[in-house]
Amino acid sequence: MSGPITSESLSPATWQYRQLNARAPSLSALADALIELAEAGEPVAACTGDLQYSNGLIGFARRFPERMVQFGISEQNMVTAAAGIASTGMIPYAATFASFLALLCCEQIRTDCAYSALPVRLIGHHAGISLGFYGTSHHATEDLAIMRAIADLAVVAPADGAQLAAAIRATVRYPQPIYFRIARGHDPVVYPKNVAFELGRAIRHGEGSELTIIACGSMVHPALQAVTALRAAGRSVGLIDMHTIKPLDRHAVIAAARGSKALLTVEEHNVLGGLGGAVAEVLADIGGAPRLRRHGIEDSYSLIAPPTHLYRHYRLDAEGIEAVAREVMA
Amino acid sequence: MPSDAPLLSNSLSAAQIAHLEERAMFVRTETLRLIAIAKVGHYSSTFSCAEIFSVLYNDTMRLRRGEPRWPGRDRFLMGKGHAAVGLYPLLADWGFFPASDLDSYTRLGSPLGDHPDMRLVPGVDFSSGSIGHALSGGLGMVLGGRMQKQEFDVYVLMGDGEMQEGQVWAAALSAAHHKARNLIAIIDRNRFQLDGRVEEVIGIEPLPDKWRAFGWEVHEVDGHDVEALALLLRRLKADLTRQTPACVIAHTLKGKGVKFMETEPGWHLGYLAPEDEARVLAEITGKGDAA
Repeated sequence: MSGPITSESLSPATWQYRQLNARAPSLSALADALIELAEAGEPVAACTGDLQYSNGLIGFARRFPERMVQFGISEQNMVTAAAGIASTGMIPYAATFASFLALLCCEQIRTDCAYSALPVRLIGHHAGISLGFYGTSHHATEDLAIMRAIADLAVVAPADGAQLAAAIRATVRYPQPIYFRIARGHDPVVYPKNVAFELGRAIRHGEGSELTIIACGSMVHPALQAVTALRAAGRSVGLIDMHTIKPLDRHAVIAAARGSKALLTVEEHNVLGGLGGAVAEVLADIGGAPRLRRHGIEDSYSLIAPPTHLYRHYRLDAEGIEAVAREVMA
Repeated sequence: MPSDAPLLSNSLSAAQIAHLEERAMFVRTETLRLIAIAKVGHYSSTFSCAEIFSVLYNDTMRLRRGEPRWPGRDRFLMGKGHAAVGLYPLLADWGFFPASDLDSYTRLGSPLGDHPDMRLVPGVDFSSGSIGHALSGGLGMVLGGRMQKQEFDVYVLMGDGEMQEGQVWAAALSAAHHKARNLIAIIDRNRFQLDGRVEEVIGIEPLPDKWRAFGWEVHEVDGHDVEALALLLRRLKADLTRQTPACVIAHTLKGKGVKFMETEPGWHLGYLAPEDEARVLAEITGKGDAA
């Protein structure tokens, strides 16, 4: 086979797979948001470590090649260099798999970006167990806990492409570094285009006297579905999209604690140290809090399976979250 | 003294050489004075690069007095951040902060610690302390400057033990790939690290060949010869045809200027009681009996 590949040169199934992968909506949202900002005159730049097709930054590279840096497979080098780029007045968005950012580059993020108070944007994509059967090396179920422990680093987990774009736009001039935790780019749509975003201000999707679910990132969509089903069954269940893990919207947590008999956090992350941990800390501070169930990966390494199978297994799909919610309310 | 209009002649006058040597001595005497405040510090690591500091900050780098954040300035990063005690006096000398601030070195709440902190110390271009990050940071500065059409030079001082850190080579590889021609690495080749001789801990030779193989232009120089150092760094600055980053291997003596530190390893981190400090000061300044 020679020449460019067309739909005629491949079987329909192979072609369909290629098309699907070229169309990752959330991750094209990243490049699109950066292009928009660059066109508006913002000094944004992008860095990738041999993953520009996975994270969609190829789109930015084609439009602004002089603002894109390819670092190859050298993530630590990329993160420190992004700090250097930021020190000159540019705002670099450095992207790689969330597992590599949080675990391999932890020190570079802490010392070179956060401690140095440089406006580096760290884009951890394919977070949680979204890489399915690629296994634990590619899973990030510790990143929220790690990033949350780093002072002067904001931690944001958008629910879909629209919220990611909104978050990137809203924070472009934020003076300190931000870790954005995003999924694979096949995320179901939660929000309309141009949804509002305010760092540290959670989004309420209705209140509930029996239970408030607090979810972030990829878990917002299935949690919304679960809430819809529970309400249809006559249960009083509220939902908070806690898109900013740090600084956490304590007021939203406290209001939910006052208004609901129980709270349920849902995250594609270890139940230790992430969203559930952050909410538990707030509840411990206020005292007299309602029951809290932290739902996620129970301090273990994920099994291997296609992502949708894993979400079902770990009860992180709509049906699973609904079932856990019923347990909490029982 | 340098200014924004660099003077790039190919010779130094006797007065210029004397000035650079005097500034190197100033680095050593100030290092002694400041470490006396902390009561422990990196004497020998700083003495080995005193001439490098002196030449960079008094001949090579384009800086503006009192303007530590001037966007067009040349940048300096230290992979071997533990030698920052020798840098601080030169930054004060440039009017980046009052020289009296030096007296707070390492005391509670001081901006001046054992490792340099860009957030706290005006004139420090990049924080360091964890060895091996600085070359990446310097590469980022070159790339960030390039995006904004700024042509400053970036100097990264590294220890020779630092060559054992993998991130250095990741940065070296990508800097050559991106033709970071205004990135200059200077290796303080003093041949010692904490646990002993570099070649006995984890050998790094043949060092020039390694940098050449990574696509860098390599130069070797006597790191205590201010004239040779200054002329080499002037040449590198003036060479607009070079398409690769450049690596200067500066052969030095750890503890240079103090005989017992030069001849006996184990001074990476040290303490000198007042009477020994006075003896060392006399040896460095050439005043009094150094025996």
